[in-house]
Amino acid sequence: MNDNDLRLDGNAVGGLLGEIFQFEMTTAQTTCAGCGAIKTVAELMLYRHGMGAILRCAFCDQALMRITCIRGCYRLDLSGMSGLQVDADVH
Amino acid sequence: MSQLKWQFTTLVEAKWETPTVKTLVLDAPAWTGHKAGQHVDIRLTAEDGYQAQRSYSIASAPDDKNLSLTVERIEDGEVSPYLTDVLQTGERLELRGPIGGYFVWNSDQKKNNSQPLLLIAGGSGFVPLMAMIRHRANVGDNTPTRVLYSARSDEEIINREELEELASKDSALEIIYTLTRKQPKHWKGYHRRIDRQMIGEVAWTMKDNPLAFICGPTALVESAANLLQEIEYKSENIKTERFGPTGG
Repeated sequence: MNDNDLRLDGNAVGGLLGEIFQFEMTTAQTTCAGCGAIKTVAELMLYRHGMGAILRCAFCDQALMRITCIRGCYRLDLSGMSGLQVDADVH
Repeated sequence: MSQLKWQFTTLVEAKWETPTVKTLVLDAPAWTGHKAGQHVDIRLTAEDGYQAQRSYSIASAPDDKNLSLTVERIEDGEVSPYLTDVLQTGERLELRGPIGGYFVWNSDQKKNNSQPLLLIAGGSGFVPLMAMIRHRANVGDNTPTRVLYSARSDEEIINREELEELASKDSALEIIYTLTRKQPKHWKGYHRRIDRQMIGEVAWTMKDNPLAFICGPTALVESAANLLQEIEYKSENIKTERFGPTGG
């Protein structure tokens, strides 16, 4: 097994993001601050580990979203993205 | 706007589809409906409070009577062996959903008829695609649809009987298998991993304005998506969902 076998995609964090956000987040559009790629959360590469999840750009590997939940507190680091567009109509 | 909430369902029926894949039919009184292609999160809680959580694709169509999940038993998995071997009919199962808005297909007579479907599956990645095929059949949608299903052997093809029955009654639904490890005697179909030649023979061309859904292990999904891009598919024509050994 190599690292690629552990890579999933943003579809798999729909439940986790649903705990935090009111809107359907897997269809939200992200803009990568590294390369400018515009992709939905579902199309980002997901790496999960004990502490939480990291969503990376499929093109340049930039970490767009880091999510942890520690002691009942969600922490999100979104510094790797320059934009996030969420559709208010869809859930 | 509803926040995702955990709910209890009851197992009403269970059926082995293959030696390692089982369908769980659930009574879900709090279920609010879903779209074909969505999944649920399942949560198991041990007596000491330890919890394990996994995602499983919904196998039933939105228009089916019951919610059903089709689960592959992962050896050494934490959740799937419980679902396939331990959970008995009448027992409760905790889940939340439906989850996901990207890897979904809705029958829309006006819109989708002009956009033929290419459904590519590897192993139990077929489950969300079967929900789409069932939905399409239930509503009498005649969107031209080709299914390319990669399985290790014919025993591992999920829902084969139902699939072939649907295809026998519907000239717009074509099923193409590739059996990568073991083939029955006199097998005339593909017997290798999905490759460029196969995609060239099976896939709609871009002039058909197709919509492809690919679900399976990460390597298969990425290889199939790359091959489609080589024949000029744009990323908006390809929807992917990867699952991996973290499943279990």
